[in-house]
Amino acid sequence: MLTLENVHTHYGPIEALKGVSLNVQQGEIVTLIGANGAGKSTLLMTVCGDPRASAGTITWKGNDITKEETSKIMRTGLAVVPEGRRVFSAMTVEENLSMGGFFNKTTYDQRMAHVLELFPRLEERFKQRAGTMSGGEQQMLAIGRALMSEPELLILDEPSLGLAPLIINQIFDIIHKLRDEGMTIFLVEQNANQALRLADRGYVIENGKIVLEDTGANLLVNEDVRKAYLGG
Amino acid sequence: MSESIFYFLQQVTNGLTIGSTYALIAIGYTMVYGIIGMINFAHGEVYMMGTYVAFIALAGLSMLGIDNPLLLIGLALMVSIMVASAYGFTIERVAYRPLRSSKRLIALISAIGMSIFLQNYIRLAQGSRDIAMPSLIQGGFLMGDPNGSHIMISYMQIIIMISTVICMVGLTLFITRSRMGRACRACSQDIGMTNLLGINSNNVIAVTFVIGAALAAVAGMLLGLYYGVVNPYIGFMAGLKAFTAAVLGGIGSIPGAMLGGLILGVTESLTAGYLTAEYKDVVAFSLLVLILLFMPSGILGKPEVEKI
Ligand SMILES: Nc1ncnc2c1ncn2[C@@H]1O[C@H](COP(=O)(O)OP(=O)(O)O)[C@@H](O)[C@H]1O
Ligand SMILES: [Mg+2]
Repeated sequence: MLTLENVHTHYGPIEALKGVSLNVQQGEIVTLIGANGAGKSTLLMTVCGDPRASAGTITWKGNDITKEETSKIMRTGLAVVPEGRRVFSAMTVEENLSMGGFFNKTTYDQRMAHVLELFPRLEERFKQRAGTMSGGEQQMLAIGRALMSEPELLILDEPSLGLAPLIINQIFDIIHKLRDEGMTIFLVEQNANQALRLADRGYVIENGKIVLEDTGANLLVNEDVRKAYLGG
Repeated sequence: MSESIFYFLQQVTNGLTIGSTYALIAIGYTMVYGIIGMINFAHGEVYMMGTYVAFIALAGLSMLGIDNPLLLIGLALMVSIMVASAYGFTIERVAYRPLRSSKRLIALISAIGMSIFLQNYIRLAQGSRDIAMPSLIQGGFLMGDPNGSHIMISYMQIIIMISTVICMVGLTLFITRSRMGRACRACSQDIGMTNLLGINSNNVIAVTFVIGAALAAVAGMLLGLYYGVVNPYIGFMAGLKAFTAAVLGGIGSIPGAMLGGLILGVTESLTAGYLTAEYKDVVAFSLLVLILLFMPSGILGKPEVEKI
């Protein structure tokens, strides 16, 4: 469904992705693990066209989207929950969600109902400004906002970052639920243990290169992975 | 009531009138700045062109035999808004969008170039001398004793204030209720995220320029009728004043622009009324310098918040 072939991404002179190839199939949860600064966020954002890949090919549902504009890519069934959530803090929960459902007006009400059902907390805070909510609530909002576009592929960048364990479990429960609804998920997690348990497949990225690919279960017991990312 | 109170109220009324038009122009600066972080230096010229278009439209409509002043003003206002909006849209397309990813200084130079171009284009097309605007609306309300202490509020002042209130209410409804208006606010907070939600920020930016231009045209037409003259250079001073108003209120903040315009108008008017009229610009720009020095984020502006 999503395929990257030999993708390179630069920030000025810095090469953050050095020829990445991977794929995500329909209905899968695929996770990407790696140390801080390995290029995980860059990889996810390159799929969204922000930053643009400097070489290689990104194919989404059979179309080459490598050179496409971000806003256009994001109207083709992809949605992202970026690192740091990036909710519109001066806007209300409702306004944030409406921005997620901006370009597709026809099923707006159903999608809104669905999101509020997944996150009852957002309904309680419907008219509250996003900036005044807790980190966990903001993360729920960021996920809800992404879901408002009814994506086929949901891209999540460290959704558990900086959250209390109880909230992290809630977030993972939601990811479970979304998978059961048939959504394809591409997940970057710091919490490699939890992510690999959940994932069908995983990739390990080091220094802008994919160094390992396997099923989630195999990666969980892989010696190198255990040492590097699972604390022994 | 004593004479001095009437005098004071008269100055405040005059100040609120001028301040309303500053506020209308300031919206254009503040909205564009809020989203793309750029001062649209050609904005004052859009205001100036709005006045010219209104003048031409008034002349044309009178030749068609329309003589009801309110109808004339309404129709000319619509023409002026449409033409100015087209200019606002085109300016963004031609002078700013191609430079979106280049350095700010380059976009700023392009903006100044656009401003010089527009000013000279009007100068060549319409001549550089003052043109008298017709005085369509005369008279006003007199409060107090006609032979003693009183204040005079002209019908034109009332039209200016009512039009401004209508524009501000409309704008507020637009940015809080409509999809596109909310997208404008989203863009001003995190334009990259807005694109990541599938919203084409280029369209949002274009809308912002069009709204700014339309409001400047309203100010241009009303102020043209109020002062009774127009020349190709009025955009420069009006632009600076409105920019000052935007900075005073907190650039990027729409309520700030409204408030900043009114405060600046009243300050100027009180200076003219109690010191001398020559000092009003000095006071206005001293105000700008003082804000930049001591309160760079303005009255309602937020200091740059670090995005986490
Ligand atoms: N906006 C940027 N400008 C310059 N360098 C960046 C930028 N974003 C990330 N980098 C660099 O790219 C590399 C990969 O970063 P990132 O993708 O954020 O890693 P991760 O998400 O795995 O922690 C790092 O060396 C980082 O310093
Ligand atoms: Mg990251």
